Amino acid sequence: MIRILLNPVACDAYGYCAELLPEAISLDEWGYPMVDGRPLPPELVGAAKRAARDCPRRAITLQVRKSGQ
Amino acid sequence: MPNASDALPVTGRYRLLGHPTDLVGHVAALGHVPLPSADRGEWRRAFVGALEASGLTGRGGAGFPAAIKLAVAHAGGPGGPILVNAMEGEPASDKDALLLIRSPHLVLDGAQLLAAATGAGRVMVCVPVGRHRVAGAVARALDERVATPCARVPEVMVRPPDRFIAGEESALARWVESGQSLPSFRPDKGTALRIGRRGALVHNAETLAHVALIARTGPDAFRSHGLVEDPGTSLVTISGAVEHPGVVEIDRGTPLIDIADRAVPTGPPQALLVGGYGGAWVGPAHFTTPYASLSLRAIGATAGVGIVIVLGQTACGLTESARVAHYLAGQSAGQCGPCVYGLPAVADDLTRLARGLTDPGLRTRLDRRLGAIDGRGACRHPDGAVNLVRSALHVFAADVGAHLEGRPCPHWNQPSQLRIPDVARAA
Repeated sequence: MIRILLNPVACDAYGYCAELLPEAISLDEWGYPMVDGRPLPPELVGAAKRAARDCPRRAITLQVRKSGQ
Repeated sequence: MPNASDALPVTGRYRLLGHPTDLVGHVAALGHVPLPSADRGEWRRAFVGALEASGLTGRGGAGFPAAIKLAVAHAGGPGGPILVNAMEGEPASDKDALLLIRSPHLVLDGAQLLAAATGAGRVMVCVPVGRHRVAGAVARALDERVATPCARVPEVMVRPPDRFIAGEESALARWVESGQSLPSFRPDKGTALRIGRRGALVHNAETLAHVALIARTGPDAFRSHGLVEDPGTSLVTISGAVEHPGVVEIDRGTPLIDIADRAVPTGPPQALLVGGYGGAWVGPAHFTTPYASLSLRAIGATAGVGIVIVLGQTACGLTESARVAHYLAGQSAGQCGPCVYGLPAVADDLTRLARGLTDPGLRTRLDRRLGAIDGRGACRHPDGAVNLVRSALHVFAADVGAHLEGRPCPHWNQPSQLRIPDVARAA
């Protein structure tokens, strides 16, 4: 299971992640991303990797968790 | 620490306050700090066993079990410092200052014990710049201990800036490392704090005093107070609409209203603010709730750093909450967007509500903003502010209803019953 981990200190509200992965990330009224807590469906893993890679602040990491955790 | 009254002793065998202040008296009354002599492994097992059996939890806000924190720090490796957290950033708290002024050696003994248990190389007492009385007491105590067996590892005092957030444990470790009082983003809080490559253990001053007593008296004396699931005593600072504000030592599990009564409220309280400015309002329906982690959590509150503030009848709880929210917004470390932008927005919403300057979307907007901020900072600072505001909306629901209809509180322009620094312009 993959979880999106967002570092709020690093994040500067560029907002690319919400463009690249709107299914899991939305922006609050100040432009900062909100990640929904749900497990990431397999078909979105590619887009999540891209969101992590393209973040100018490197604020997103993907955490692989064993199921049940 | 202008108005800490004499602390009343608790009954029973175990108490934090009331021990001699000077080192000679301290050792005469309590004996030497039981540091390891020959067999360090054996000593460590006994010490950790006593700490585990005591059930001591941190008294600095998070309430984390001290024995687990020790195990995590031990796994982080030896050689780092023990940080004595006497930052006491909550404006309504005096307990750590009182403890260090009255019983500094108890706190320092606790730090030495944990240093021996983790292999830490030094003890650093963190007292904010400007807190002259506490710093003076600590300096005197450190002088007394130099070249005595009490100071097994070197003890120094350091002076971080006096800011609300500077006492957050990762911010304190960061300040020691780099001079910046900034909380770190730690997705896994079960890992040891680090300073450079070494592990660091940060403990609230009161927690360390408990460690020093438990090591001497054994866990049973500690457990003879409080509840089975939440044992021991706690220091609580009481302020607000009371005749005798100050610090008291209470048994865990004491009903909230009994704690407030120790300071003699000036009239029947309208509400109690429990746990500090990141804590929660508690209304009369829950005044008999025991001061214990689980009971408080069940009503949306927290023991936090031991603080009980009595709100009198002639105060507007929403106005007071708006003042606190503005204060907390100003104390953000400025690192995370939801805290930087969210807290001032929420504080403004609350001020408008308290003054009856409402618009039709205000309540939904406020609720949405609270939901958007909660849990999204690197540290718990914004979460505490959200919790306080949510509790205000709940406890003062009747006032919220009146204000939404455009009727401001008759008390909105009264001076604050709370101790809030630099809030003259807010609310």
